[in-house]
Amino acid sequence: MSENTNHWRRMLGIWLVLALAADLLIWLAWKPHLPPGDMTDSARHQQFDIAVLAVTAAPVVIAVLLYFVYSIVVFRAKPGEEDQDGEPIYGNTKVQAAWIITTTVIVMFAFGFGTVELIGPAGAGAGEGPNPIWKLAGKQTSTWQPGDMLQVQAIGQQWAWTFRYPQFGGIESSTMIIPVDTPVTFHVTSLDVIHSFWAYQLGVKADANPQVDNVAYTTAKQLGSFRLQCNELCGIWHGAMYDYGKVVSAGDFQAWAGGVQSKEQGNGILAALPPYSLTYDPTTISQLGKNLQTVIGLTGSSGYFYPPTDPVQP
Amino acid sequence: MSVPARVAALLAAVAAAVAGIVFVSVYYIGDASSLPVIHYAATNGVVNVVLQEDPKSGEATVPDWVTYYAQDPGTQKWLHTTLFSVPANTKVKVTIYGYDGCTPLRNNFYSQVLGTDGGTVGVRQYDKNNKPIGGAQTVSVINSWADCNVAHTFAIPGIGLYVPVASPNADNSKNNLCATGPCTPDMGVAYSVETFSFTSPSKPGVFRWQCLVPCGGGYVDGNSGPMQTLGWMAGEMTVLAS
Repeated sequence: MSENTNHWRRMLGIWLVLALAADLLIWLAWKPHLPPGDMTDSARHQQFDIAVLAVTAAPVVIAVLLYFVYSIVVFRAKPGEEDQDGEPIYGNTKVQAAWIITTTVIVMFAFGFGTVELIGPAGAGAGEGPNPIWKLAGKQTSTWQPGDMLQVQAIGQQWAWTFRYPQFGGIESSTMIIPVDTPVTFHVTSLDVIHSFWAYQLGVKADANPQVDNVAYTTAKQLGSFRLQCNELCGIWHGAMYDYGKVVSAGDFQAWAGGVQSKEQGNGILAALPPYSLTYDPTTISQLGKNLQTVIGLTGSSGYFYPPTDPVQP
Repeated sequence: MSVPARVAALLAAVAAAVAGIVFVSVYYIGDASSLPVIHYAATNGVVNVVLQEDPKSGEATVPDWVTYYAQDPGTQKWLHTTLFSVPANTKVKVTIYGYDGCTPLRNNFYSQVLGTDGGTVGVRQYDKNNKPIGGAQTVSVINSWADCNVAHTFAIPGIGLYVPVASPNADNSKNNLCATGPCTPDMGVAYSVETFSFTSPSKPGVFRWQCLVPCGGGYVDGNSGPMQTLGWMAGEMTVLAS
C-alpha cells in the first residue's frame, strides 16, 4: 500500500511540475501567437478561448502521457520476470469517483465558459442568422459619422465578394474597408450558391446563403489589412475567392466611402444598382421585369437568366 | 506461398496501383492541361491581347456552350483556349470581339468598369454587313439592366480588373447571332468590338479570370458548365518575369 502511495505521490509531483510549466508556456509564450490574432474584439476573444481550452487540456494530456511513460519505465518486466503475471487489478471507488467528478467539472466548465464567451462579445464574430440574439451595442444611424455603428453588407457570388454600405447611399465596392474602434454589423448574403464569409484576422465567419441575411458583429481594435475568403466549397474558383480588406482610421474611412459614393453617383452605377436590401432575388430586376427568362430579346442564342430554382443539370 | 513469392505479389500489386493512379492523373489532369497557352509578347512596350466571345463553340461534346477564343499573335488564328501569358509590369491592351447576345448580370455592380486605364473601355458596334453603327464610345458603365447590351464580363479579381463586355446591338443581332465559333466579321452577323488597357502585375504569377454573367445555359443558376471550365468562360493569365 505504501509503495502504491509513493507511486501516486511521485506521479502527482511530476504532473504538477509539468502541467504548471506547460500552462505557463501556453499562456505566456503561445497565446499571443494563437490564431486569429487580436485585431478585433471578437478575434481577441477567440484567441483567449483557444488559450483557455489549451490550458485546460494540457494537464489532462500530460497526465495521460505521464502515466503511460511512468508505467513503461517503472512497471516494466525485469529480466527473468517475463513469465510472471502482473498484480491483479481490483475496482477502486475513489479513482472512479475522482475520474467522473474531474471530467464532469471540466466538461461543465467548458459548457459554461463557451456560453459566456458567445454572449459576451455578441456572438463571438459568428453569423447569428437574420435575428441575432446577442447584439453588439452601437448607435444605429441612417448616415454614418465617426462613433456610429457601421453597417456592411457582404455579398457572395461565384467567385467574388462585393460589399455594400447602406449608410453611404448603398454604395458597392469590390474591396472592404472598415474604420478602427467602430462597432460593425455585417449582413452576409449570397446571390447564387452557398458561400461562407470569413474575415480571418477580424475573427468573423458567417455563412452566405441566397435569400438569407446572416448577421455578425465585430469591432476592430488595430489598423492593418486582413484576409477575406470563402470558406464553403462553391465551384472551380472557390480557392481563389479571396481578397484583402483594410482597417483604417475613421477619417480615412469616411474619405474613402465618400469618394466611392461620389464616383458611383457620377458614373451612374449607384442608380443602376438595386435598392439596398438585406437579401436580393436575382430574378427580380425592376428595370427589366421579373420573369427574365421569358423576356424576349434580352438573351443570346444559348443563354438566359437562370432563376435559383432552375433544376436543369447536365 | 514462399516469402519471395509473397514479396513479388506485393510489389506487383503496388505497381498496378501506381500505374492506375498515373493513368487516371494523366488522362484527366493531362487532358485539362492540354489547352494551348498563348504567349503575348510586348511590342514597343505594349502587349496586344485579342479575344472573342461566342454564343456557341461548335465543339462536338458541348456545342451549345458559350465560350471565349484567343487569337494567336503569330498566326492570327483563333485558338480555343483561355490560357495566355503576358510579361510583368507591362501595358496590356485588350481587344474583345463580342458575338454573343445579352444576358443580365446577376450583380449589376459589375456593369461598372474597374481596374482599366482611366476606368473606361472603348466600345464600337458593327452591323451584319460589317459596317460600324455610330462612332466609338468611351464608357465607364455598360448597364446590363438598362437594355440588352452586356454579353459577358472579363474579370481578373486578383488585380481588381472587372470589365463588362458589350453584346452586339440588339436590333441588329436579333435572330442573327454567329452560329458557331470562332466567328469572324465577314460571317454576316452583328458584333461589337471593345478595347481597354491595364498594366500587368509587377510580379510573376498566375491570375484566374472569369465571366460574371450567369451564362452557363442549362445549368443551375447559369453558373456551371462553361462557367467552370477552362477553355470556355474560365481562364488564367500567367504573368511572366519581364
